[in-house]
Amino acid sequence: MSQPTQEEEILAQQALAEAARAEAGIEVTGGLSQGQIVRKRFFGHTGALIGLAVFAAIFLLAFTSVGAFGIPGWWKYNHVDVSPLVNDGVPTSSLWPLAWGEHPFGQDRIGRDLFAMTMRGAQQSITVMVLIGAIAGAVGAIVGGLAGYFRGWVEAVLMRLTDVIIIIPVLLLAAVVGQIANRRDEGSWIAGFASNNGVVILGVFLGFVLWVGLARLVRGEFLTLREREFVDAARISGASNARIIFKHILPNAVGVLIVNVTLTMSAAILLETALSYLGLGVKAPDTSLGLLVAQNQEAFATRPWLFWFPGLFIILICLSINFIGDGLRDAFDPRQKKFKAKTAVETARHSSTTAPVADASKGS
Amino acid sequence: MLTYIVRRLVTAAFILLGASFLVYLLTASSGDPLAEFRASSAPNRQALMDARINLLDLNTPPPLRYFKWLGGAAQCVVPFGNACNLGKNIAGQPITEALGFALVQTLTLVTGATVLAILIGISLGIVTALRQYSALDYGVTFMAFLFFSLPIFWVAVLLKEFGAIGFNDFLRNPEIPPAVALGIGAVLGVIAAVVVGGAAKRRLIVGGSVFAAVSLILFYFSLTQWFRNPGLGPVIIAILGVGIAFGVTVLVSGLKNRKALQSSLIVVGIGVIAYFAVQPLLNDATGLMIFLLGIATVLVGVAVGYFMGGFDRGQSMRAAAITAFLVGALVVLDRFMQAWPSYFNNSRVRGRPIATIGAGTPNIQGDFWIMSTDTLTHLVLPTIALILVSLASYTRFTRSSMLEIMNMDYIRTARAKGLSERSVIMGHAFRNALIPIATIVAFDIGALIGGAVITESVFSVRGMGFLFIDGLQRSDVNPVMGVFLCVAITAMVFNLVADLAYSALDPRVRIKA
Repeated sequence: MSQPTQEEEILAQQALAEAARAEAGIEVTGGLSQGQIVRKRFFGHTGALIGLAVFAAIFLLAFTSVGAFGIPGWWKYNHVDVSPLVNDGVPTSSLWPLAWGEHPFGQDRIGRDLFAMTMRGAQQSITVMVLIGAIAGAVGAIVGGLAGYFRGWVEAVLMRLTDVIIIIPVLLLAAVVGQIANRRDEGSWIAGFASNNGVVILGVFLGFVLWVGLARLVRGEFLTLREREFVDAARISGASNARIIFKHILPNAVGVLIVNVTLTMSAAILLETALSYLGLGVKAPDTSLGLLVAQNQEAFATRPWLFWFPGLFIILICLSINFIGDGLRDAFDPRQKKFKAKTAVETARHSSTTAPVADASKGS
Repeated sequence: MLTYIVRRLVTAAFILLGASFLVYLLTASSGDPLAEFRASSAPNRQALMDARINLLDLNTPPPLRYFKWLGGAAQCVVPFGNACNLGKNIAGQPITEALGFALVQTLTLVTGATVLAILIGISLGIVTALRQYSALDYGVTFMAFLFFSLPIFWVAVLLKEFGAIGFNDFLRNPEIPPAVALGIGAVLGVIAAVVVGGAAKRRLIVGGSVFAAVSLILFYFSLTQWFRNPGLGPVIIAILGVGIAFGVTVLVSGLKNRKALQSSLIVVGIGVIAYFAVQPLLNDATGLMIFLLGIATVLVGVAVGYFMGGFDRGQSMRAAAITAFLVGALVVLDRFMQAWPSYFNNSRVRGRPIATIGAGTPNIQGDFWIMSTDTLTHLVLPTIALILVSLASYTRFTRSSMLEIMNMDYIRTARAKGLSERSVIMGHAFRNALIPIATIVAFDIGALIGGAVITESVFSVRGMGFLFIDGLQRSDVNPVMGVFLCVAITAMVFNLVADLAYSALDPRVRIKA
């Protein structure tokens, strides 16, 4: 057998790479930037798209209907107005014939409109969720990035701090923090601000609790990336630390960060509703989805709709965020490919003719 | 190895000190323990306030109070000192006492739920990984996401309404209308057809037979009012036992290993004979006796497997022991069912057996079976709720772990050398997929004690979570610190165990001392 020439070797390797790509079911992505590839994969993920659509719909409905930030909404009631009971508070909406009615989700015992209350609650939950995601993501990225990049005493201090916070169970810490965020008894500026924007304070406090898991993940990612050749190359060509971090490492670590921020946000929704349910989160007269469930669970036998609608919205928000997170994970992580066993077997059979050539060339 | 453990423990002690200081200050600043007196107009207001200030030592600023508390807590570390002092709660009860009671309550609540969730979650994860991108896989994945998004307090209210109140109403007149029986049969039949997979004909046969069997059983239950007077009896135990013997043998050794199948079947025979032998003994049972009988049952299984032998003695012993344990469980279940009517008609229960709150019916009297049934009926709802909520993560995790393993080269090798699919999956893939799961399980057991706060609050179980939330709402620092200590110590110990287990199970992972 003659020695394969250089050209043959390259061709064989290309064929092998092609076969591997086909086997893995990854679309050929030549000439696309990382962002484009991620976007393409994400928009090819049906579950994530549905999740995104549902979340966008809930978001728009919640923030336009009862109004937010002082801007009035299009819905005629708000979450504190009491109006006379229509039809004893039974929901007036119906699927067939499709009708909206005076009080689509019904009214509670004293006549408050449940649609307005649920929308207000969804607003609160989404606000808390976004705040937690933003703050936890930012703090986690900074702490994890600094620890992973600079190592040494910076890492020692930051990671011991993370260890201290991480062994306190999240719910316990969040309950303490929620209790502090709800203090009304002192005349400090925080109490004055909290009485108007209780949910913002809650979200900010919880954000400063939930960053620890993210920090650990980002640190791990930085630890592996900083040993890679392209970081060495950048350093040798004289790039500053800031440039290496922001231009070379962060774009490669951003996938892990975004995916886990999304998953933290879905956990945050459940955490906020649970805290409000326990009476440690959002408190009356303001309302939240968890608080609505807590207030109305006793009335399940007589007014079940008071219980169904807030719960339904918790599940819908959380489920859509989870699906978006799943889609993002698939989009960012090339190993989490769609793998069809049947087609893989067939392509492997087709490509088996090229494989021995490649093996031979490696042996030479 | 030893240096590693010692170093980890020393670090853990420092982390614990830092974290407990943090929690102490946060809790102390979260509210005012005197708030209820400040608002009251009782004439002895000042005396009450002074008493509480004395009791909780409120005149000392929190950072100093922490070190006083630490001095008391440090005595718990002295072995056999019996001088453990974690302070007193707002009612003057020592925290150590309250913690002991709460710990028992929490462990009864979460142990069964966690074990079941792990077992069901891992099995579902494996099945979905083996049937990737089938209808079953998509269905389970969607359910996993749904359960993952369920708030547990919402599930709990639904369970109370339909699982307890609805079922108790049903028990008043336990007749299943024919249409409902057929409906349940049809649903289970469709599920069976999806689960079993394979060709359309096979699915139809399995689904159809499950539909027929379930509907007939439900008709029979309805006719005989089985739900009022449930029972299995030796015949049903024998039939179920043979089914168990075949199922266990298929999983453990494959049906080709005749010796294993024979030992399992012999064990079932012994079990049916033992059913008659132990009835008088079971009438005055205690918890210890059931435990000892369980161990004896497993030993009998092991012995039968050993004496049957065969080309692989270990497999026969394993199959027979698992079968023996399951048949023994059936016998105990039958005894519980025998006790059911007397529990049902108990003057305290009054025909509404499934409880919605609490950990036991107050003032109930009865023998071991009545009392255990009472505990179990109170555990049913919280257990289901906890399983539903924690099932999803185990399923997803096992599935991805199993999928990764199934793509490994050594699985291809195992298939290529002609091993049966059973031994590829159970022997090569499953065992390796369990390694990462073992660490997750260790983490979860560590977090178990503090993890059921909401469940406890919904179902009014006075466990660790209740102690914590109650302490927090009254700004009472000592119970919060007691709960935190327990939770943090178990979490850290199990984190260490998880790391050690990983290096013990996976020789590629070596601990750097």
